[in-house]
Amino acid sequence: MLQLISLLVENKPGALMRITGLLSARGYNIESLTVARTLDPTLSRMTIVVDIEPQLRSQVIKQMNKLVNVLQASDLTDSPAVKREMALLRVRAPLASRTAILKEAEIFGARVVDSSTEGFALEVTGDSEKLDEFLDVMRSYGEIEVTRSGALAISLEAKKLRLAPPVPRNAAVDEADEKLETRH
Amino acid sequence: MSTSTVHRTSGVTESKLMSGSQILLECLVRENVDCIFGYPGGVTLPLYDALYDHPIRHILVRHEQNAAFAAEGYARSTGRVGVCCATSGPGATNLVTGLVDSMMDSIPVVAITGQVSTKLIGSDAFQEADTFGITRSCTKHNFLVKTIAELPQVVHEAFYIASSGRPGPVLVDIPKDVFQAQAHYTPVSSIHLPGYKVFTEGHTGQIRRAAQMIWESRRPFVYAGGGIIAADASEELREFVELVDAPAVTTLMGLGGLPAEHPNYISMPGMHGSYASNMGMSGADLLIALGVRFDDRVTGRLAAFAPHAKVIHVDIDPAEIGKNRVADLPIVGDVKRVLDKLNKVLHELAPQAREQNAPARADWWRQIHDWKAEHPLLPEVSTSEIKPQHVMREIDRLSGGRAIVTSDVGQHQMWAAQFIRFNSPRLWINSGGLGAMGFGLPAAIGAQFARPDKLVFSIVGDGGFQMSIPELATIANHALPIKIIVVNNGYLGMIRQWQELFYNNRISQAELNSFPDAEKLAAAYGFKGRTIDGAHQLAPALEEAVREPGPYLLNVRVARYENVYPMVPAGGAINEMVLGPPQPVEA
Ligand SMILES: Cc1ncc(C[n+]2csc(CCOP(=O)(O)OP(=O)(O)O)c2C)c(N)n1
Ligand SMILES: [Mg+2]
Repeated sequence: MLQLISLLVENKPGALMRITGLLSARGYNIESLTVARTLDPTLSRMTIVVDIEPQLRSQVIKQMNKLVNVLQASDLTDSPAVKREMALLRVRAPLASRTAILKEAEIFGARVVDSSTEGFALEVTGDSEKLDEFLDVMRSYGEIEVTRSGALAISLEAKKLRLAPPVPRNAAVDEADEKLETRH
Repeated sequence: MSTSTVHRTSGVTESKLMSGSQILLECLVRENVDCIFGYPGGVTLPLYDALYDHPIRHILVRHEQNAAFAAEGYARSTGRVGVCCATSGPGATNLVTGLVDSMMDSIPVVAITGQVSTKLIGSDAFQEADTFGITRSCTKHNFLVKTIAELPQVVHEAFYIASSGRPGPVLVDIPKDVFQAQAHYTPVSSIHLPGYKVFTEGHTGQIRRAAQMIWESRRPFVYAGGGIIAADASEELREFVELVDAPAVTTLMGLGGLPAEHPNYISMPGMHGSYASNMGMSGADLLIALGVRFDDRVTGRLAAFAPHAKVIHVDIDPAEIGKNRVADLPIVGDVKRVLDKLNKVLHELAPQAREQNAPARADWWRQIHDWKAEHPLLPEVSTSEIKPQHVMREIDRLSGGRAIVTSDVGQHQMWAAQFIRFNSPRLWINSGGLGAMGFGLPAAIGAQFARPDKLVFSIVGDGGFQMSIPELATIANHALPIKIIVVNNGYLGMIRQWQELFYNNRISQAELNSFPDAEKLAAAYGFKGRTIDGAHQLAPALEEAVREPGPYLLNVRVARYENVYPMVPAGGAINEMVLGPPQPVEA
């Protein structure tokens, strides 16, 4: 069953590998994954759609939360959240079908981002199903080429972010300092 | 003063220009590291140059895998972080088994590996391997240090992560040019890892509820594991067990967590656990699981495990709670702190609670004693040949519950766990989760360096011994007085046992011929060795080994076809044990 996971992670090399590695080690297939910096450039927000048996869901979230670079992993599958995906597509549009295509695009709230004698480049956002439908419709006009972003999600509930505070390493330092002072 | 010394004047630290190698060693000193196990190579040459006249002791092993195992032996016998070091490429990949081993058993280890220079990374340079990628899944965390500026912070973070929370291995990969670079060193005063959350305290409400459940229980049973050792909670465990007066078992990783001689102690549970342990688990109405992970070797068929029991599960790792068995009452926290609080609450409630189930509790104890008497765990002994169990009984006699015993993996490991008693934690050292053959000998090296005062036995099979045989040189080199006891059955015994029992006795590639002459082998390294095969020789030979001030290699030719019992066949329920070999049917 597809799960929707949202993660707040430190923007550090290897952070992505740790998360995807945790999933691949268990044989889970990632359906989609998006990552980008947050307002705080040291952090990234990641949205993952992954196929996991429901009873193992909480185990995976716990394992993710254990990763040093992960500040928060939450399961949005069943909680109130807005999900969006974006698709960019190019559709061939001979003169005869151009108006029809534009009409369909309007119905789906898609925008034309490029237009040439060959056809259009369109941009559309929505949930997965809506995108599927739109792409089906566009395919009926001829060959299309598509890139999809994968899901983005935001929880509609404020989630408390619990972070570990800095820890002094005084005790060890002091002991070692004593040793250092007497060392030759 | 040495060049790496930090001068402090009126509380202000004057920073000093130091090389990356010197900074690394300085940080190790500040982490109280006194000895590291390693093997040099091209990219770690700058580090080894700095080590040349540095007070930190470096022990040169004969294979990097054994550096990792020795670091584990050091950590397991002390609770301190063990440190190992290897060069890039083959050096780093040779560490991997040891890292996985410490990951599985939650052992604090910091591994330092050299890497090719930063500008060469990704160019398939000589001895380049993607150590950071390779070790991602076999460490608690790992680092690739790209600049000297981040080096001190990273090293201290590595020690902090390795030793806090649920301990584990952390690897720090350091490119050659970072070792060589120069920088002003300022000591690190704090560590900030916002995503690294350690839950130690335990929820007070949950602890109260646990105390209530415990007093309400008629057939409580304590299932304690490696977490007790890791948390240094054996005192608290003893107090708890006595307060509740419950029967208790400790897992393979928890042996010594409760003294073997304690009246409430039963033995090890699980696949080769005792009858009373497994029946106790199966009959309990409350299982108090402390620092355990419901490993399949303990639970057998999970669906049939402790079917009548409610479960209180205390662990510092939230991911362990409910992973295999749903906990009726989970408590996330350091088992030492949780037990300490729990003991207080139990005390408070004791006056009203103790009486209510007293008769039921007495019945429960009677039942436990009956199980113990029905099928006691007793070592086989023969006069015509040396039974491997007999070897363990004799080692137990010489140890008196006080010696350090490292074990390799196989039948001998199970017999050692069954028959050698440990009266305190950190004496029993074995590769539990990974079951890595070759572990026993190098682990003994680490333990003996960490605890020079201790008698150390290294019990190994004839198979596993030959996996780490090169370390005899390390042992000889430092005249480590380790007593190496080879339990020599001429077979990969555990494999032979399974082939006999489950594969129609088709013994495939499990016979070990051409074992070297132990006396000559030891002599070649300059220490004493001997082979024995008569039961009457056993006790005196072991005594001789212990009397010998240096290393000793005792090769004990034991009964070749002995099997480990009791045994829960794979996939079986733990109360359906096979208690012994099929008995001859009477005519
Ligand atoms: C590195 C490694 N390879 C293979 C195994 C599988 N294995 C488990 S026990 C065993 C036999 C060990 O033989 P030996 O060391 O002679 O000990 P014995 O069982 O005879 O006491 C083997 C091959 C393992 N645990 N570790
Ligand atoms: Mg053997």
